[in-house]
Amino acid sequence: MPPRSGRHARPEPPASRLASAWAPLWQFFYRFGPPRWSDYLRRHWIGKPLVIALPMLWLVLFFLVPFVIVLKISVSDTVIAQPPYTPLWEWAEEFGSRTLVLKMHLRGFTEMLTNSLYAQSLLYSFKVAAVSTFYCLLIAYPMALGISRASPARRSLYLMLVILPFWTSFLLRVYAWMGLLNNNGVINNVLLALGIIHDPITMMHTDFAVYIGIVYSYLPFMILPLYTNLEKHDHTLLEAAADLGSRPWKSFVRITLPLSVPGIVAGAMLVFIPAVGEFVIPSLLGRPDQLMIGRLLYDKFFATLDWSLASAVAIAMLLLLVAPIVIFQRMQSRELEAKR
Amino acid sequence: MRRRVFLVPTMLALGFAFLYVPILTLVVFSFNNSRLVTVWDAAHSPTLKWYVELFQNQQIIDAALLSIRVAVINACGAVVLGTLAGLVLARFGRFRGRTLLSIMTTAPLVMPEIITGLSMLLLFVALQQAAEALFGTSFNRGVTTLTIAHITFSISYVTVVVQSRFAHFDDAIEEAALDLGARPAKVFWRITLPLIMPAIVSGWLLAFTLSWDDVVISQFVAGPGSSTLPMVIFSKVRLGVSPDVNALATLMVLVVAMGVVGSAQWLQRQEKRRQREIQLAAANNSG
Repeated sequence: MPPRSGRHARPEPPASRLASAWAPLWQFFYRFGPPRWSDYLRRHWIGKPLVIALPMLWLVLFFLVPFVIVLKISVSDTVIAQPPYTPLWEWAEEFGSRTLVLKMHLRGFTEMLTNSLYAQSLLYSFKVAAVSTFYCLLIAYPMALGISRASPARRSLYLMLVILPFWTSFLLRVYAWMGLLNNNGVINNVLLALGIIHDPITMMHTDFAVYIGIVYSYLPFMILPLYTNLEKHDHTLLEAAADLGSRPWKSFVRITLPLSVPGIVAGAMLVFIPAVGEFVIPSLLGRPDQLMIGRLLYDKFFATLDWSLASAVAIAMLLLLVAPIVIFQRMQSRELEAKR
Repeated sequence: MRRRVFLVPTMLALGFAFLYVPILTLVVFSFNNSRLVTVWDAAHSPTLKWYVELFQNQQIIDAALLSIRVAVINACGAVVLGTLAGLVLARFGRFRGRTLLSIMTTAPLVMPEIITGLSMLLLFVALQQAAEALFGTSFNRGVTTLTIAHITFSISYVTVVVQSRFAHFDDAIEEAALDLGARPAKVFWRITLPLIMPAIVSGWLLAFTLSWDDVVISQFVAGPGSSTLPMVIFSKVRLGVSPDVNALATLMVLVVAMGVVGSAQWLQRQEKRRQREIQLAAANNSG
């Protein structure tokens, strides 16, 4: 190994050490031993891989590996044991010698497919999420349009007002609707006092209450992507259309709406996907006779201790929800490439 | 034309009413005397008795302290890991595992909480078993597992915020510093970090709020004796409305409103100072 030169030259052993009887050892050590840490770090700067590795390792261990475990448990069978599922592999005396035996059970999946409870609950969840997303869009679109057309100073105030409820507790915002929708709640009391109705309307524990809860909780997630999109629109397009005699409503349908489709899709995904798996809102406001899939999974896991079934339900939900995300991202990246 | 001008502001006003009326009713009925949250007892209201009751409820106070502790540790951890991930995705170009990292940082944003919670719990159970098999003893699920779970789902939010901040500033400043002879580490500490500081601060606040707010994932991974505030509220509220929860909500709304107004004023003052400095610099240059 030729001696290095320049800034990264290895240090010479101090004279006191060269004078001692151990001089050859010190020389050897300084030549081939580990260099000073500062030198070492400077020469083999591992910062970059380290910076990548830290978040990567954390997310692989606590985000990716858990899904592998869910997948593993979804193909196990439920037993009364601690933990309550059969191992995927075990050593057994088979074929005359000790063999690693892989045992997969599809009971979780077959039960999910044969018992209509699951398909029905999943369909119901999709319906609730779709209807809520639609209402959310209906309320959010005019709001986002109004914000994007306000003066810049007003605009930041409005945006703050949209985001502000997000900082207050989600649970307490859902709770607020319990007080409003009750049979002797605020809405019924006001309507009774005004003489509009004579008997309280049942609103709690209905689909309507769940829609309201979801729309209310997720409204900012719909408004913000829409606003981001609408803000970028070129106003001269609308002016040109008006100059050419187009009525505002027609300009909206022919110009603004088509241009805002990416914003609508992004907002709809941000509302729809969490809404399918929603647990808190249907638990507090929803029908007791019709469980959404998230609640069903929770009950199977904690009440029935059927871990393999709960995992199978989770896998099914993931597949049904991840597919649209992948399609959406493909669409977006294709769009970006088309622009280039 | 006139109808259009009228329609959009009306919808905006109605939308804001929809957002704020429920919160206002929460606040109003926290001063109500009656145990029936929604029936206004005009003879004895307003009263502060639910606030007194709230502060005498040891379970809620313990849970709130635990929630604050978990939220602070979570926010700090998530900010470190999320900033690193944002830096890597925004600045490191192509490297092996980039796609994986970007998927892992965006997936939790849309993942239903119930699936994240389930998978985290199953991981901790598996780790407990592994520890049992290897060392003969095991750990209990509790505050630590809770914090790890919170950090994991908070990272993505911090990453998104930091990454978008990176996208919005010109890396020519960094290159200029490098050209002038600054070492990469110095450039990071003196230029990059101050520039992304606003994103880091908002990421911290976001991570704090997410953890402070989370029910579902906590419900899965928390062990016995580590109930956070949302878990306690959830089990209380499931049985029906109760006025001390209104009082708690009012206090939270108060804190958030004060925080937001305070930070808005601070930002305004910063902006004014910046304007003044720019003017001063311009005056010095011309004079």
